Amino acid sequence: MNLPTFEFTPALVVAIPLLGAFLTPLVSRINDKLRNIFVIIIMGLTGFFVFLLAYDVLAKGIKVYVFGANTADTIQSLENGLPLLRILFEVDAMSVLMAGISVILGFVAVIYSWSFMKENTGLDKYYTLFLLMIAGMLGMELTGDMFNFFVFLEITSIASCALIAFWTNKGKAVDAAFKYIVISAIGALFILFAVALLYSQYNALNIAVLGSMIQYTFLDKIALILLIVALLMKAGIVPMHMWLPDAYSRAPSSVTVALIGATLASLYGVLRVCFTLYGNSLSNICNNLNINVHSMLGTLLILLAIITIILGVIMALRQINFKRLIAFAAIAELGYMFLGIGTGLTVLGNPELAVYGMTALKGGIFHIINDALDVGLLFLVAGAIYYATRENSLNRMGGLARNLKYTTVFFLIGLLAVSGMPPMNGFASKILIYESTYQLSPILSIIAILCSILLLAVFVKVFYSAFMGPAQPKFKDVKEVPKSMLIAMGIITCIIIFIGLFPQFVINTVVTPAAEALVNFGGEKGFYINEIIESFTLGGV
Amino acid sequence: MLLFIAILDTFKLLLKTLSTNSGFWNPLVWCSVIVIAFLIVYSIRSFGNKEYKKDNEQVKTFLSGNPEYEKEQMHVKSSNVYWGFTETLKWVYNLLNKMHTGNVSDYVLWFVVTMAIFFILIGVMI
Amino acid sequence: MIYNIPYIAVAALILIGLYAVVFKRNLIKMVIGITLIESGVNLFLITLGYREGSIAPIYTSSPGGIMALPVPQALTLTSIVIGVAVLALMLSLVIHIYRHYGTLDARKIGGNEE
Repeated sequence: MNLPTFEFTPALVVAIPLLGAFLTPLVSRINDKLRNIFVIIIMGLTGFFVFLLAYDVLAKGIKVYVFGANTADTIQSLENGLPLLRILFEVDAMSVLMAGISVILGFVAVIYSWSFMKENTGLDKYYTLFLLMIAGMLGMELTGDMFNFFVFLEITSIASCALIAFWTNKGKAVDAAFKYIVISAIGALFILFAVALLYSQYNALNIAVLGSMIQYTFLDKIALILLIVALLMKAGIVPMHMWLPDAYSRAPSSVTVALIGATLASLYGVLRVCFTLYGNSLSNICNNLNINVHSMLGTLLILLAIITIILGVIMALRQINFKRLIAFAAIAELGYMFLGIGTGLTVLGNPELAVYGMTALKGGIFHIINDALDVGLLFLVAGAIYYATRENSLNRMGGLARNLKYTTVFFLIGLLAVSGMPPMNGFASKILIYESTYQLSPILSIIAILCSILLLAVFVKVFYSAFMGPAQPKFKDVKEVPKSMLIAMGIITCIIIFIGLFPQFVINTVVTPAAEALVNFGGEKGFYINEIIESFTLGGV
Repeated sequence: MLLFIAILDTFKLLLKTLSTNSGFWNPLVWCSVIVIAFLIVYSIRSFGNKEYKKDNEQVKTFLSGNPEYEKEQMHVKSSNVYWGFTETLKWVYNLLNKMHTGNVSDYVLWFVVTMAIFFILIGVMI
Repeated sequence: MIYNIPYIAVAALILIGLYAVVFKRNLIKMVIGITLIESGVNLFLITLGYREGSIAPIYTSSPGGIMALPVPQALTLTSIVIGVAVLALMLSLVIHIYRHYGTLDARKIGGNEE
């Protein structure tokens, strides 16, 4: 199979939703239905270009796009020793994986919005903000420039904050949006401060250039801490997770699904900082106790991940609000990702355990895909129940399986997937994490398995109290949700079942290249920057 | 014929077993085991008593002699489902509720505290 | 020592801003705190690009001598624009919060719910 490759695909992936965002109000003037179709087409087109880009990157390696200059000039200036001032998009397998997740979530959410948001006014603004948010997420994931990363982070934050407060008639939604914007503004400002610290020392903003030059001075340490803690907060790790249940539970369900993508884009930022920006320097630097910085950082991440898993599950058990419960489960799932990633970070420098480190990293990355789909599906089901019954509280639900047949099936699949029951996709990634963390310390995997069982208990409770039980008289007239919502849930369910049945296929095609792209520091294949310069000279741009 | 080979190759690609260095996982093997187990259970079930009568006193609900409520009132509410669990762990929940104040200043305070911990562990120690 | 004054100002601005966000109850004061942090970061960026006795980095008919680095200034401008957008959004949210809750006390509006 030979697909055409365009030079401009990385730029188009961001440009199409950005252009679509500002065309949406114009199209909205003509017809509401036309606007919905237009937005779906824009998302589909973006998805198509992400697919092209993924095919290109997975086959040929890193793809670079230089804004505002042709490639020959850039190579010339690099060879003359001039600093790299242009904004670059540097797309490797990891970026493509994250972009794919964002696009799938965005596409599903747009289809879902057709019926779900039908009764609201101001939908032109809704879709504009939605496409802006998608553009911001994709930009964060494709960019190779620290300052550009900050800009896209802010675009995503502003757009998603406005979307969280979309139901302004509810005071709680506005409150959640205010919390979210305070958290993101502070996080983003600290990231900018860290970028300035790095720029002041190395006179560069490009991630690859910075990564090849970093000396790990005291200022670099401060920049590392600022970057990691701010991005962890934006990713929603305990104890900085409190904004997440508020924002997730009070936003419209379609927005929540896209918000998962925004959270995961911050997680991608953590990965980039740990593995690419500081990847070259950290593994070689040891203190007098002979612990290298990567191990220390990895151990800290594992600790936070364990706290995140336990607290997320325990809090989820108590919740009565449907979406808030799922939000806490999502926090627990984030913990699993960081458990895998942290284990990978800890033991990759250790030659005896490096194989397990790689497995753990693969498990963590695979779990990013699975979590996005599973939790997304559950949020869509929660939204469908809200649409059908106008109820948020689990205490007032019951016997809904009689009215919402398809939704019940979708929820059952989401339930099994999110709590890691075989043969769903959640199990495939969790078994990778369990078995590799067991090599590091058995306690870690014991806690992980126990919390996974508790998560199943939580969702069994939800399933029982919302869908089972005798028919409630007040829900007599409840009908199955409209087709567009069913289609959106169906798409995610199909992907979940496909990944669940063929996990090794997905790992071989996307997850392993992504993990290798991350850990490829100082190896024989050369560093990120070398590969970029190589790809310039080979004309791979 | 070529198409057939291509389809066969795709299947070979899809059906690979996931190995974790110390174990393996193949959902298709698992599914077939489940199907076989279901068939066994179903065959055992078919040996059951066929003279069971549906419409007699046997099937009436018995609640220790108490009268039976309306069907709608028999649903156990969500907050009562794991009552024993939450009651035992009440001290944990009290602590956690104190932590989740819903005040945005506290959120930022946690951020500062975490940053300080990271600074002590990474910045000073190493 | 005199050259370190901007950096001390940066640290002071960021710390005062953080103090306002963490310890002030009024939402408007918290917004002011975030703006202070932003000013601190912007000042830091600008200070990085400054060279004593330098001229504006315009090559045409330049009198010669050292030039100030233009990149931090470009970054600062972008950062200021983003900051204005965030500030406007935060203030509009504060207006909505006041309409719904009738108060701006951060401890009264949060609260956990079912």
